[in-house]
Formats: sequence, structure tokens, C-alpha cells
Amino acid sequence: MLLSIRNVTKAYPGQPPERAVLRDVSMELGAGETLALTGESGSGKSTLLHLAGALDHFDRGEILLDDQPYSDLGDAGRARLRRGQIAVVFQQFNLVASLTVAQNISFHARLSAQHDTNWTEALTDRLGLRDLLDRYPEQLSGGQQQRVAIARALAPRPRLLLADEPTGNLDEAASEAVMSLMLDLVADSGTALFLVTHSEQIAGRLHRRLHLRGGTLQ
Amino acid sequence: MRATGQALLSHWRRHPGQLLLLVLGLAMATALWSAVQAINGEARRSYDQAAQQLGAAQIDILVPRAGDGIALSRYVALRRAGWQLAPVLEGRWRLPDRSVTLQGIDLLSHPPIPALAQLANSDEMDPLALLQPPGRLIAAPGLARYLRTLPDLPPVLEAPDLPPDRVITDIALAEELLNRSGALSRLLVLREQSPGLPPLSTLAPELIRQAPSEKTSAQRLTDSFHLNLTAFGLLSFAVGLFIVHGMIGLAFEQRRGLFRTLRAMGVSLRGLIALLLVELILLALLAGGLGLILGFFLAGALLPDVAATLRGLYGAPVEGGLTLRPLWILSGLGMALAGTFMAGGQALWRVARLPLLSAPGVQSWSARARSGHRWQALGGAGLAVVGVLSVLLFDGLLAGFALLAGIMLGTALALPVVLSLLLTLLQRSARGPLAEWVWSDMRAQLPGLSLALMALLLAIAANIGVGTMVSSFRLTFLGWMDQRLSAELYVTARNDAEGAALQEWFRQEGIRALPIRSLDTRYNGTPLRVYGVIDDATYRGNWPILEATTDSWDRIAEGRAILINEQLARRFDLWTGDILTLQADWELPIVGVYSDYGNPNGQAIVSLPDLLERAPDIPHRQFGLRLPPQDVAALQSRLQDSFGLPASAMIDQVSLKRESLAIFDKTFVVTGALNILTLGVAGFAILTSLLTLWTQRQPQLAPVWALGVTRAQLARLEILRSVLLAVLTWAIALPLGLALAWVLLSVINVEAFGWKLPLFLFPLDWLRLAVLAILAAALAALIPARRLRRLPPADLLKVFAHER
Repeated sequence: MLLSIRNVTKAYPGQPPERAVLRDVSMELGAGETLALTGESGSGKSTLLHLAGALDHFDRGEILLDDQPYSDLGDAGRARLRRGQIAVVFQQFNLVASLTVAQNISFHARLSAQHDTNWTEALTDRLGLRDLLDRYPEQLSGGQQQRVAIARALAPRPRLLLADEPTGNLDEAASEAVMSLMLDLVADSGTALFLVTHSEQIAGRLHRRLHLRGGTLQ
Repeated sequence: MRATGQALLSHWRRHPGQLLLLVLGLAMATALWSAVQAINGEARRSYDQAAQQLGAAQIDILVPRAGDGIALSRYVALRRAGWQLAPVLEGRWRLPDRSVTLQGIDLLSHPPIPALAQLANSDEMDPLALLQPPGRLIAAPGLARYLRTLPDLPPVLEAPDLPPDRVITDIALAEELLNRSGALSRLLVLREQSPGLPPLSTLAPELIRQAPSEKTSAQRLTDSFHLNLTAFGLLSFAVGLFIVHGMIGLAFEQRRGLFRTLRAMGVSLRGLIALLLVELILLALLAGGLGLILGFFLAGALLPDVAATLRGLYGAPVEGGLTLRPLWILSGLGMALAGTFMAGGQALWRVARLPLLSAPGVQSWSARARSGHRWQALGGAGLAVVGVLSVLLFDGLLAGFALLAGIMLGTALALPVVLSLLLTLLQRSARGPLAEWVWSDMRAQLPGLSLALMALLLAIAANIGVGTMVSSFRLTFLGWMDQRLSAELYVTARNDAEGAALQEWFRQEGIRALPIRSLDTRYNGTPLRVYGVIDDATYRGNWPILEATTDSWDRIAEGRAILINEQLARRFDLWTGDILTLQADWELPIVGVYSDYGNPNGQAIVSLPDLLERAPDIPHRQFGLRLPPQDVAALQSRLQDSFGLPASAMIDQVSLKRESLAIFDKTFVVTGALNILTLGVAGFAILTSLLTLWTQRQPQLAPVWALGVTRAQLARLEILRSVLLAVLTWAIALPLGLALAWVLLSVINVEAFGWKLPLFLFPLDWLRLAVLAILAAALAALIPARRLRRLPPADLLKVFAHER
């Protein structure tokens, strides 16, 4: 199993245990598999995604990536994991504002020393970014920025792609186009996808779906 | 209105650190400015007081156009012609341990002297005793106590209001003590004159009538020194204002959303602006008050050194104490208010033009700043051109300072564009994604940091410029001292008779003695000291000549020529080949010009026999002795045994140089202190900028952290980034500082003091400054870096959750 989440509990400071944002959550995700996580606002979807991405700490339980427990890792180990195995696409795109589109796309892959020029160029073409390479993020539309964020996430061929409402800021047509591209690319690169979404329609296009309510999986 | 005010002030409650930095920045700027003003004001008050106490501040005077004095016969002739005049004989009176100004006056005709008014009412003062032998000397208490320790002097009276280095006495006694009979230094033209008198220009064409200048002579002499201090104070104030500008700009920008909401809720634009104005005034008064307190203590700490400098360099009397004066407080608060409005004016103007529906955002601040940089650079280039033109088209100290201000401010304004270009080049040559990101991120941060970096640029350039000037001056001064002070022992006799006896003794003992004898005279109404020298290899081999004919010393020895100092040459544009008229019947061709530092007046050298022919009564008391250095101590003992000379009357070359160098170094203590303070303010500016930028840094850092760069790495990169910007700024400041040094040495010094100095380079000082700049930048970045290092991941994740 690529990702295993076992009885994870997470409470924010000041939250009593019975009202923790995540309570005894367990789930698994296989290599190349796609999984949608749905739930209402405040149900803990983003928190679970952040924990899976080694971005935040949990209070109890364990998370493993390729049988490597997160709780054994320090700050540097978690950073290494994010650099080499995991990629994240956020709702706010979160591109590096001071870098051009071309530099943004290759940034993660070069950080993890997994830069493959042919693959990056293929991503650039398939995502329609060829003419935008010299631009800066602030010069792009929301849809264009999200395509750059997807290209950046897939460029290092991560084992696990985490996407937090990646089309939440886009209109329906743009959202559909971006989702289709992402799913195609994930399939081609053999990357597992863990996607948080509000959209039933998008969730329906993935292999599996889980629903989070009140901090527990349904 | 109350609710609106509370809403506006709530920003400061939420950001107490920002408020603290804003107040501290303005307080520091006000403190440095006010301290300099307090020092200048105190010194000027001392000059005024001294002039007023002498009772001749507002009276026209007659001085000789050339020559060493006014003949007594001329005075008598003028009186007979009906002119009401009061004669004054003034000169340096050499005492065993020091020399003071002795002023002889005619007590019956001289206008009342306020400093003596108190004395006149006391029992001590008997007018007859002043006029009858042995007469009386009047001096400030400190000097009076010293005079009483000397033998063979008349009784000394104390007048607390007299300047500390001046002795007043009857003119007849002054003639005797100064050994100058039959000549007067100047004539005071009394106010009450009969109508229809023959014009002075006809009666005494050799005299110049000088109107009472608004400035005293001490003020004129020290003008350049005070202008220098003022320039430094203004620079420090400007550096401090960079902090204030940045802080106010950020505080206004962060409240754009609030302003919009308040306007949408019906608050009028006029009401909003009025409230913001009140807020700025309150801030200015608070920070100004704090700055005044700091400034008062700073001035108190610096004033003794400044007073020592002014006394040592110009002989200007300045007391070491500082008094709190209402005008100083008002001007300090005024400056704080003006500075706040200068720094906040742009922000207020923006609020006045704020569209009701425009989106708020901190990013827009940076974007606008970036677009303005190009115009700013153009403005900077314009300022530099104006500075260069001002010195090409006009003469004078102000033109020199205009050039300084032009190139300094011009370069500072162009700094963001220059840095941006440099960073683009560095980014292109970067290897690896992190390096690429660091350079690009530095460029993106420039708008927020540019003001602090401009402040740092000015501080480093001022340090390099002033440091190079001082060190070049010191090096030149050392070389000059080696040349000028070449005698191994300097001996001063207590009177002329002893001087003559000493000379005879030296002759008998076979000791090579160089008499040091001079005549104080005037050239074009300005003081001129003419030294007479004997023909000796010491002068030929060592004198610090700037330009001269090959046979200059031969012609001087023959009494056919004169050497003049650089000050006299520049002031009257007299150079080798020109003729100098010392007296109506004494004209000599100039055969060379020599350097003469630490003396604001003109000086010349002629042959001693020639000088004695013209002025046989000049003092004969000082000698420079040439002998092997190891024999100096023995000779001192013999002189003590044979003549009973006190130790203070003999000073060896090493001690003299050491004392001269100590005075020189003391002169620049204040400059050094202001240099360090300005650099400190610039370091503080970087810290404030980095702290205020902190809120904007998280959205830029969080994505990079999410991609697998640790917080520790990011923290290290934050420090590195700050250090790299400081290094780049230092690299740009270096040529600017050297240009500043050149202007100071070749333009300002020539205008202010009358001498030009060679420029020497001191790379080790530059490196020291680079280390200081790096340390300041690293320390400033340490707090935000530490904060980043300890930032919980949850806080970074808020960036992605858009919960900020």
C-alpha cells in the first residue's frame, strides 16, 4: 500500500479531544489509485490532506508512506518526503510569485533532482502552457495559474499527488478541462491521487470516494 | 467620529510592535538632528556672548589694508580731524604654558564692556589703578588664577563673563606685554560722530573700514565646521525618515480595507483625512518628545569634544555645558512634525484618492512601488546633474554641499533600479532552483526593502567618504608634521632678554638653533603671520612645499622672495610668480606655496634678516634646535640648570607630534560618533523593514516550504538574503563613498579651510565597513528568521487554506 492512515486523531489548540477536527481516521491508498475525499466545510478534509502530505503533525495514530512512518520523521525528513515523493496542488494555486511560469514548472522537479526535460516539455504542451513560459504568475488568469500548479506538481513524477479543491476557484468549463487533464496526466505518470473536493461530479470520476463528517470517515 | 477614531487606532493596538518601531524611528531621527542643532546652537551662543561681552559687536572698525598695525600717528591725525575713535591693541600673548589673546584698550574712550560691568560696581575695581602702573589685568576666573601663579605680572582681577582665553588691560600695559609700541591693531569708529567730517578714505587710505558683520569672527571661522555637523545631522534625519516613511506607508496600506469600509459606511473623506492627520500629529509629538530627550543627552555627551575641537582648531570659545532652551524644543518638535508629514504625505494623498470600490491588498503596495522606481531613478539622475551643475556654475561652500547632496540622494534614489538590474543578472547566472529562487525573491522584495537599503547606502557611503577624508587628512597631516616639525627640541624663553641669552648660549655651545620669529600683520584686511627664517638645510630639505621655483630658498635667503601657505594662495588667488604686497614699500615675488594644516589664516615665510629690518621688535623667544635625538634629554637638563627653564618651556619633537596628533584625532571624534550612529539607524531601518514585511513573507515562503524546503533552510536563506542585499548595497556605496571623499577633499575642504588634500585609499576600512554592514543586516534578519524557524506548520498552512 502506498499511503496508510491509521487511527489518526488531530485537534487544534484549544479543541477538546471529543471535538477534535479528525478522530480515529483510517484509510489506505494504493499506487496509481485515485481517491476523492468529500465533506462539508469544516469537516477536516484539508486537515487530513495536509497530514497525508507531511505538512502538519497529528496527535495520535500513524501515517505511513511506503511503510515509512511519519512519526519517525523530523522536520528535515518530512521536507525530504515532500520534496521527493509527494506533490500538492492547492486551491489558491500558490505559485512562487517571483519565478516565471517555466521556472515554476521545473522548480519542484529540480529541487528533488528528478528533473526530466522531455517530461516537463510534454507537460507544458499538454497543459497548453507553451506560450506562457516567460510570464509571471500575476500575469496569468486563474485557470492558467492552476494549470501551471498541476504541471509543477507532476513534473517530478511524485508517487502521491495531493490536490485540495484544485478547481474550487475556477468556473465550470475551466474546472472540467483542468480536471480532465489532471486525471489523464496522473494516469500516464502512474501517480496516486488523493483529491479533496466539494463536487460530486468530480468525485464520481475517481476510482474511490470517501466522505468525512464531523471528523470521522463515513 | 469617536467610533471612527477608535476603529483607526485599533490598528495600533493590534500591531504594537509596528507602533513602537515607528515611534523609535522618528525619535532617533529627531534625536540625531536635535543633538546637532543643540551643539551648533550652544557654540553660536558662546560666540555671540563672547562678542557681546566685549562690547564691540555692533561697531564699525578700521583695520590696516596691509601691514602689521596702525601707526599711532595715524590715530592721532584722525582724532585731530574730528573722528571719534577708540584704539585697540590686540595680540597673542605667549605665556610659559599657553598663549592667550591680550586686548589692550583705552579705558576712557572704549565703549562700555558688559563683561566688566559687574566688576565696575565692585570694590576691587579702581579706575585709577587700571591706568596707573603697575596696572591691572582682567580675565575669566580660570585664566586669572593661572596668571596669578606667574611672576612679575600686575594684579589680576576676575570677570566671570569674559571669554576663557582673553585678557583685557590698559593699552599702555598691553604694549609693554606684547612688546609692540607705537602700533595699534584696530580703531573702533564710535557711534557719535560730528557731521561733515572729512572722509576716512581720504584721511587714511591705508585703512579699511569694516562694518559690524552679523557674524562674529569666531562664527565665520567655524561656519564650515557647523555646516559639516548640520549636513551630518540632516543625513541622519533623512536616514531616520526612511524608517518612518516605510512604517507609515505600511500602516496606511494595511488599513486600506478599513478606510474603504469606513467610507462605505458614510464617513466623509474630509473626516477620514482629518482623523488621520490628528493621528500623525499625535505620533509626531510623541516621537518628537522622546527624540528631544534622547537628543539632549546625546548632545550633552558630544558637546565637550566639540568644544575641545572648536577651541583647538579655531581658538573659538565654547563652554562645555548644555542648557535646555524653548526654541530648541520647538524646533525639534517642528522637525518631527515636518518629517512625519514628509514621510506620511504620500500615504495621505493616496487615501484622499482612494476609490471606494478598489480592492485592498498589501501586494498592490509593492506593485506600485516597483512601477515608481523607474521614475525615482530618473529623478535621482536629475538630482545628481543639478549637483554637478551647481558646483560648475557657482563657487562657495553651499555649491559644494549641493554637489554632495545631489550625488548622494541621486544615487540613493537610483538604488532600487540598480539593485534590480544586478539581481536579474545574478539570477541568470544562478545554478540550481533554490539559488534561482533566492535571487528572484530578493528582487521581488526590493520594493519593501528599498527604503531601508537606501538608508544603508547613505550610511555606508557617508562612512566611507568621511572615513577616507579623515584618514587621508591624517596621513597627510602625519607627513606634514614630519616635514614641518623637523627640529628635535623646541624651546620657548620667558621673555626676549632670555631669548637673546639663549641664542648666545646656543652659539657658544655649538648647537644648531633655528629662531622661530614672526610678525602678525594683515593682508587685504585679513590676518597674516609672516615668519622670518634663516638659511638652513632643515627648511630646504623638509618644508612641505606644494609648488615652488627651483631657486626658491636661495632667493628667500637673499631677502628677495616670499613663500606663502596654501590658504593665502587660494583665498587671494596668489601663486608662484605673483607679487605679494606686505607693506606699501615691501613687495616680494612669490616663489612657492606650502601646505599648512590646522590653521585657518594666511601665513608667509621671508628671510629673517629682512623681517628684522622691517620689524626689529618682534618677539624673540622661540627656537627649534637640531641635535641628535639621543642628546635631547641631556640638553633639556642643561637648559634647566643654566636658565631655570621650566619643563613646559621645552618640548621635544616626539611629544609635540603626539600632542598635535591627539588634537587632530579629537577634532574628528564627533564625526566618528555621528558616523556610527547613522550606521546604527540604517541597521535599525533594515530591521523595521524586515519585521513589517514579515506579514507578506508567509505567502511567499509557504509554497517553497510545501515543496520540501525546511523551515530551518528557509530561515538561513532569509538571513543570507538580507546579508546579500547588504553586500550589494555596500558594493554600490563604495564608489559613491569615494566620490564623496573626493568632493570633501577637493571641493569642500578647499572652500571651508583653504587647503586641498590628496585622496588615499584604505581598503581595510572598506572591509571593516562591509563586515559591519553584514553584521547589521544579519542581526536585523535574525528576528524574522528565528520567528520563521519556530513558526508552527499550521500557521504556514493557513496560507493554503486562505484563512489569512
